[in-house]
Amino acid sequence: MAEHLLDVRNLSVEFYTASGVVKAVRNISYHLDRGETLAILGESGSGKSVSSAAIMNLIDMPPGRITSGEIFLDGEDLLTMRPDERREVNGKRIAMIFQDPLSHLNPVYTVGWQIREAMTTHGLPKDAADAQAIRLLGRVGIPDPQAAMDKYPHQFSGGQRQRVMIAMALALRPDLLIADEPTTALDVTVQADVLALLKELQREIGMGVLIITHDLGVVAEIADRVVVMEKGALVESGTVREVYKNPKHPYTRRLIAAAPGKGVMHEGETQGEVLLSVRDVCKNYGAFQALKGVSFDLMAGQTLAIVGESGSGKSTLARVLLRLDEPDSGQAIWKGRDLFQLSPREIYRLRRDLQMVFQDPTQSLNPRMTVFQLVSEAWVIHPDILPRAKWRERVAELLQQVGLSPDHMRRYPHQFSGGQRQRIAIARALALEPRLIICDEAVSALDVSVQAQVIELLDKLRRQTGISFIFIAHDLPVVRDFADQVMVMQKGRIVELGGVRQIFEAPREPYTQALLAASLDPDPDVQAAHRARRA
Amino acid sequence: MLSFIRKRSVASLISLVGLIVMVFFLSRMTGDPASLFLPVEASAEMKQQFRELHGLNDPLLVQFGRYVGDVVTGDLGESYRKARPALDVVTEAFTWTLWLALITMSLVTSAAIVVGSLAAFRSGGFFDRIASMLSLIGASVPDFWLAIVAIVLFSVNLAWLPTSGTGSVLHWILPIGVLFVRPFGIIVQVVRGSMISALSSAYVKTARAKGVRSGPIIFIHALRNAMLPVITVIGDQAASLLNGAVVVETIFGFPGVGKLMIDSILQRDFNVVLAAILVTALAIFLMNLLIDLCYALLDPRIRH
Amino acid sequence: MSLSSTETDPALREEPSLGVRMGRMLLADKFALVAALFLVVMVILALVGPAWLGEEAVRQNLRGRNLAPFDWSRGWIWCMGADALGRPLFARIIVATQNTLMVAAGAVVLSAAIGTFLGLMAGFSSPRISQIIMRLADVIMSFPSLLIAVIVLYLLGSSIVNLMVVLSITRIPVYLRTTRAEVLEIRERMFVQAARVMGASSNRILFRHILPIVFPTLTTLATLDFAYVMLAESALSFLGIGIQPPDITWGLMISQGRQYLTNAWWLSFWPGLAIILTTLSLNLLSNWLRIALDPVQRWRLEMKEPANG
Repeated sequence: MAEHLLDVRNLSVEFYTASGVVKAVRNISYHLDRGETLAILGESGSGKSVSSAAIMNLIDMPPGRITSGEIFLDGEDLLTMRPDERREVNGKRIAMIFQDPLSHLNPVYTVGWQIREAMTTHGLPKDAADAQAIRLLGRVGIPDPQAAMDKYPHQFSGGQRQRVMIAMALALRPDLLIADEPTTALDVTVQADVLALLKELQREIGMGVLIITHDLGVVAEIADRVVVMEKGALVESGTVREVYKNPKHPYTRRLIAAAPGKGVMHEGETQGEVLLSVRDVCKNYGAFQALKGVSFDLMAGQTLAIVGESGSGKSTLARVLLRLDEPDSGQAIWKGRDLFQLSPREIYRLRRDLQMVFQDPTQSLNPRMTVFQLVSEAWVIHPDILPRAKWRERVAELLQQVGLSPDHMRRYPHQFSGGQRQRIAIARALALEPRLIICDEAVSALDVSVQAQVIELLDKLRRQTGISFIFIAHDLPVVRDFADQVMVMQKGRIVELGGVRQIFEAPREPYTQALLAASLDPDPDVQAAHRARRA
Repeated sequence: MLSFIRKRSVASLISLVGLIVMVFFLSRMTGDPASLFLPVEASAEMKQQFRELHGLNDPLLVQFGRYVGDVVTGDLGESYRKARPALDVVTEAFTWTLWLALITMSLVTSAAIVVGSLAAFRSGGFFDRIASMLSLIGASVPDFWLAIVAIVLFSVNLAWLPTSGTGSVLHWILPIGVLFVRPFGIIVQVVRGSMISALSSAYVKTARAKGVRSGPIIFIHALRNAMLPVITVIGDQAASLLNGAVVVETIFGFPGVGKLMIDSILQRDFNVVLAAILVTALAIFLMNLLIDLCYALLDPRIRH
Repeated sequence: MSLSSTETDPALREEPSLGVRMGRMLLADKFALVAALFLVVMVILALVGPAWLGEEAVRQNLRGRNLAPFDWSRGWIWCMGADALGRPLFARIIVATQNTLMVAAGAVVLSAAIGTFLGLMAGFSSPRISQIIMRLADVIMSFPSLLIAVIVLYLLGSSIVNLMVVLSITRIPVYLRTTRAEVLEIRERMFVQAARVMGASSNRILFRHILPIVFPTLTTLATLDFAYVMLAESALSFLGIGIQPPDITWGLMISQGRQYLTNAWWLSFWPGLAIILTTLSLNLLSNWLRIALDPVQRWRLEMKEPANG
C-alpha cells in the first residue's frame, strides 16, 4: 500500500463536560496525499475540527482524551512521538490557519515579529527569516510588505489578516496545510480571493490541504475529495462531485437540499401600498460616512432584502430606522410621519409597529430570563396590548406559531439550540404585533440546515400575517428564495435596487455581478464553470 | 502614543486639582484649626490670635486661594515639632518609604509573575496547588500580626535580625519580608487567573501550531497579554504599600512617612500631617499615571 | 429534508434550579465548603457571642493573668489562655467577632451600594457625568486611604459608625470602576439593544437587564473586599485609632497583646489566627464564587470526572 501524506485511522476523542463524557469524534478515518485537497464538511457540533486539533496536538488534556486511533504523517505515527519531535513537526511540516484571524494573531506583537518567529523557532537565523517574511507578505498580496512588518494585527482588515496568517503558515513550505473555516468570517468577494490564493500557493508548494468547513460552496470551490461528519461520526466520503450528485447518507442529502438558492423566486411585485418611504438618509461616525444618501420604498406585505459586505452601511441603516442611532439628515416616512422627527413618547409607540430580529440569538436573548419572561416583556413595556391574565395563553400561542412547544416557556435560552433560540427571538418580535420586522443578519449565525428552516418560518409568517420584512444579509444566495425586492449596498450607497428576479438573473451593475460571481455555488460543476469564466 | 499621553495627562490634572481641593476641605472640615494646632490647654485669646495670624477669620474662599498659592510655591508651613519646613520633613521620610515600597514591589512583582505563570501553565498540577494554597494564605495574613510574630521569632528568640531602625542591610530584611507576603499572595492569584485565560486564547493555539516551545509561549506570547489586569493590581498594591506601610513602619520603627504621620498626629503637628497626605497622594497619583503608560506600552491597541 | 416546524435538535436539557446547582457545586469544592461552613459558624457567633459570653469576656481574674493555653484543668473557656487581666481569650475572641464582622459588613454594604449606584450612573448616563464620577474615583484612589482614615478617626473620634463610613469611602472606587466597566460592555450587548427596540425605559434596562448580569461579579468582589476591609479595620484598631476599649475587635486584641509578646505569645496569636482563618475563608469562597457564577467556567465544578484525573 502506498503511503499517504496524512493517514488518520480509527481516531476517537472524548471530552469531559458538565453533562458527562462527550464523544467528540468516534472512530473516524481519512487520508490525504500531496497536492490534494480534502474537505471535512460538517455543521456545528459535528466534531469536524477535533481531528485537526488532534493532528496539531492542540487538544487540551484534560478535559480531552484520545481514546483510540493513529495519525500517520508520511508513515510516522504522530500520537506516539516524543513531545519535542511533535513540536518540530508543527509549523515545519504541518501548518494551520484558523477562522477569525484577529483572535488567532497575538494582539501585542507586530505581524513581522510573528511571521519571523514561525521561522526562527525552527532554526532559521533572524536576518534570513526577516527577508523571507517580507517576501511572503508580498506574495500573499499585502501592500507595502516592508511597512506591514511593523504593524500590529488590529491595523489590518479581516481579509488581510487572513493573508498574514497564510504567510505565517507557509513560511517553511509545509507538506500539509490545515485550514479551519479559513473564510467564514470574511466578505464573499474576499473569500473568493483568499480561496484562490490558497489554491495558487498549493500548486506552488505542492502541499496537501485539509480544509474544514460548514459551507458546501467552499467545498465545491476548492476541494478534490470530501468527508462529511455528523455528531462525531464520519457519515460519507468520496470525490466532491460524487458526493454532491449522488449523496448516499440521509444527512448529506439533507445538507445539500438545505443549501440556499434553489427554490422558486418571488415575482417581486412593485405595486401596493407604500409602508415605509426612506429618502436621502445620511449618517456619519466622525469622519467616516456610513450612509451617503439612501432612498427606497418598502411595500406592505413585502420583503426587502438589503445585501452588502462589511462597511456597506446596511446595519447602520437598520439602527437608524429603529432610532437606535440618530441620522444626520434624511427622512423616513411611516404612516405619513417622519420617523426621524418623532418625540421619545412617539418613538415608544412606534416600537409596537417596528421590530427587529438580531444576528446572534445567543446574544440577543437575556441569558437570565425565561422564555416566558422574554416574550412577555413586550407586554410589560406596552401594558395596553394584552391583559396580564392572557399572557400565558398568548405566549403558548406564539411559541407554537414559531414551531416551539408551549412547555418551553419556563426554560432559559441556553437550554435551546441556535435555531430554537432564533425562533424565540422571532416570537418575541411577534408579541408586539408589528407591521415591519427588520432582520439584521438573522440567519447568518445559524447552521445551513437551520437557516433554511428559519427563512421558511419568516416567509410563512409574512404570508399568514402580512408583516413586511427588511432582511439584511451579507450573502446573496440566502435572500434569493425569500426576498421580493433586493437592494445591493456598497460603502454607504445603494448600488442597485430591483426585483429579486432581475437582480439574480440580469444584474445591471458590475458590483452586483461581482457579488454574484463571488458567492459560491454548492454544485461543483457550476463552481467549475464560474472558475473557468473568471480565468 | 503622544496624544494618548496628552489625553491621559489632562484627565490626571483635573483629578490632581480635585485632590488639592479635597485636602484643603479635609483640613477645614475636620474642625477648627486653631483648636487642632494649639495645645489643648490653649486659652481663647491664644486661639483668637492664632486665627488672626493665619488668616482663619477670612472668608473660606480667600483662605482657599492662599492655600492653593502655598501649595503651588511648595510652602506647606513649618513643622512645630522639628522647627523645619514641613515639606522637608515629609520628603525626607517619604524617601525612606519610597525605597521600602520600591524594593518590596520589585521583589513581589518578579516573584509573583514567575510563580503565577508556572502555576497557570500546569493548572491543577502539584505546583499549582501548592502555589494557590500559599498565595491564598499569604493574601489572608494581616501584616501587623506577621510583623510581631516575625519579631518574636527572628529578633527575640533567634536574635538574628534587629527589631528596629535603619542602620544596616539587616534592618531592611524584616520590614521587606513582612510587607512582601500579602501583595505577593494577591498578585500571584491575579497572574495565575490572567495567565490561565491567556494560555487558553486563540493566539496561543497559533503559537503551538507554529511549534513554539513552552517557555516562549508562557513568557513571551501569553505573559504580555496577561499583564494588563496584573498591572492594575500591582498599582493598587504599590499604592497600599505607600500608605499602608504605616503599621509596619510603626512596629519596626522605620522612619518612613507612615510613622511620621502617626507621630505627628499624636503630637498635633498638623502641617506635617497635611504635607504628608499631599505628598503621598501626589506619589500615588503619579504612579497611577505611570500604570496607565505601562498599559499603552504593553498593548498597541491602547496606543492607537 | 423535512421542513416540519420542530427541529431535529436533541431534546432540551433538563436542569435543576439554581439553588440546587449552587449546592452541588459547593459540595464539589471541598475547600470552599469548609470555608462556607466556617463563615456560617462565625456569623452565628457574631450574633449570639456577646449574649452568650459577654460577661465572661470582661470578668477580670488577677490570678489567671497571662494564663497559658491548653490548660484544661480550668474549663473549656480557658482553652486559649487568658490575657493580661486574666480574662479568658476564647470568650474575648468570640465576643469580638461581632464588632469585627459588623464593621466590615457595614463598610462593604455601604461601599458596594454607593459604588454600584455611581458605577451604573457613570456607565449609563452622559459622558460628562461619567467623567465627573470617574475623576472623583481617581481622587479617592490617589488618597492614601489608611492615612486619611487615621486622621479622620483621630479628629472625629472613633466609633463603629465612623469606622464603617471611613472604610467604606475608601472602597467605593473598587465597585464603581468594576460596575462601570461592566455596564459599558453589557449595554452594547444585543439583548440590551433588543430591549431598547421593544421600547424599554432606561430604568428597566438598567435594573432588569444590566444589573442582574453585573451582580455575580459584584458578589465575588464584595466577598473579597470583606476580607480587605477586615484587615484594614484590624490595622486601625491595632494602631489604637480604630475601635476603643472596652469594645473589642480582633485587631485591638492583637495590639493589646503586643507588649507581652515575649512571655505570652498567645495573647496576639489567637486573634491573629481568627483574622487569618476568616480572611482565608472569604478568599476561598470568593474564588469559588468567581467560578460558580461564571457560566463559561462553571463546568469545572460540575464535571462528572475530576479535571486532573
